[in-house]
Amino acid sequence: MIVAEKKPIEEIIESITGYKKILIAGCNECVTVCEAGGKKEVAVLASALRMYFMNEGKDVKIDEVTLERQCDHEYLEELRNDMDLYDAVVSLACGVGVQFMAEKYFNKPVYPGVNTCFLGAAEERGVWGERCQACGQCILGKTAGICPVSRCAKRVLNGPCGGSTKGSCEINKDIKCAWQLIIDRLKELDRMDEYEQLAPIKDWATDRAGGPRKVVREDVRQ
Amino acid sequence: MNTKTPSKLEKILAAGHLAVTSEVGPPRGSDAEAIKKKGEGLRNHVDAINITDNQTSVTRLCSLAACVHLKLMGLEPTLQMVVRDRNRIALQSDILGAASFDIHNILCLSGDHQSFGDQPKGQNVFDLDSMQLIQTVRYMRDEGKFLGGEDIKRPPRMFVGAAANPFADPFEIRVPRLAKKIAAGVEFIQTQCIYNIDKFEEWMRLARERGLHEKCYIMAGVTPFKNAGMANYMKTRVPGMDVPDELVKRMKGVPKEKQAEEGIKICIETIQRLKECEGVRGFHIMAIEWEDKVPGIVEAAGLYPRPKVE
Repeated sequence: MIVAEKKPIEEIIESITGYKKILIAGCNECVTVCEAGGKKEVAVLASALRMYFMNEGKDVKIDEVTLERQCDHEYLEELRNDMDLYDAVVSLACGVGVQFMAEKYFNKPVYPGVNTCFLGAAEERGVWGERCQACGQCILGKTAGICPVSRCAKRVLNGPCGGSTKGSCEINKDIKCAWQLIIDRLKELDRMDEYEQLAPIKDWATDRAGGPRKVVREDVRQ
Repeated sequence: MNTKTPSKLEKILAAGHLAVTSEVGPPRGSDAEAIKKKGEGLRNHVDAINITDNQTSVTRLCSLAACVHLKLMGLEPTLQMVVRDRNRIALQSDILGAASFDIHNILCLSGDHQSFGDQPKGQNVFDLDSMQLIQTVRYMRDEGKFLGGEDIKRPPRMFVGAAANPFADPFEIRVPRLAKKIAAGVEFIQTQCIYNIDKFEEWMRLARERGLHEKCYIMAGVTPFKNAGMANYMKTRVPGMDVPDELVKRMKGVPKEKQAEEGIKICIETIQRLKECEGVRGFHIMAIEWEDKVPGIVEAAGLYPRPKVE
């Protein structure tokens, strides 16, 4: 899933100061799972903002909504009739949702309420870790199911580097060395002979490097 | 043995001499005097001088320009190049730039992560990794082509090196990793600083078992301790460094004013012992901001005078 983190409330307040009617829009997908922008977080943020503006003696109306998805036209359409009631929207969706909201409601200021962090998963309760950088050319089949592009600080394709120490990355003891994990799993799979195959120079054209990406599926297109 | 480049370092190694190299870190400014002075001090005692490339991710005068300063003084530089800061366009471009000054040695490295340095908020590149940089230089030299496949007019003629760290984890892949660098085309290796000699000798034994010592020239890396504090720092703070307790104890056991002397003594003893280690073809003496001690170490270790080659 897409993992996001709540923005500090001070930053949100700064972005919406001056508006009188504000919609806080959550998303029922990834940001709900990672507890950054679902219905619950929308309610918490809305109450905090109401309290803040009340204490400031300002009359600001804060409404709440949580859509099934903000990365889908049909769910965003649900807001069409009510949008005129608001001066601005704070979207707690990931960066994709915020942008789709802005595209859809072209004359409405939309502010992000979360920082979109990475593609990852919950490693344990309250801890999310990165697993994918969407490089567009998956090599997990060659790296024992562990991704060096997203999990090695130097995205070394022929690792580990000289900084791997007792299973940890040189930049932080709390980060596991991806190549240690790869080697452990290659051993488990009895595939250590594959370690000495040189990984070829990667084509990063399918990565961010190649510019904004698109997937076009003619078979799905109408 | 045949040589493939005009590199003096390659010729000395090919002739079967124990080679000696050292390194110079460029300054944090544009005054080249310090580089020239350090280079001059090493002139008669080493065969080639590495110039570090923004080591520990601290921004400095660039390796290539520093190499040019040495080259213009008639010294033999080794261009250290990390893949942290340059993509394949910049790497190939800098290789050609170095080749235009007839710089004949290159050391291909990953580079420390930028979070260690003075620009922790910067991006990193890592378009290639260090093994792929080895492949790239060999391809440019041997095929005379850019990675894109087009011909290079006057290709680089560089003796291609890399680092190896026998002490990083996991130990069991340290020799397979050397084999992988050799498969990528590496011709000489300069190792991480050796303090744990037993572990190094075990690594060399495993390398010899696979005949790797005959497929590339392995130069043992050494760094003298300036004082007990440095020994302790290297032990506890530097990633991938293996400093045995007894060495720290030995440094602490001598009075402060004698510690520098003791550090140099340990360094010389290490070289003496590793001269006997089959497969060690030379020494890379990294005296960090202590370059003036290198000639004395070279002489005391019986590596002076340096051989002359055509």
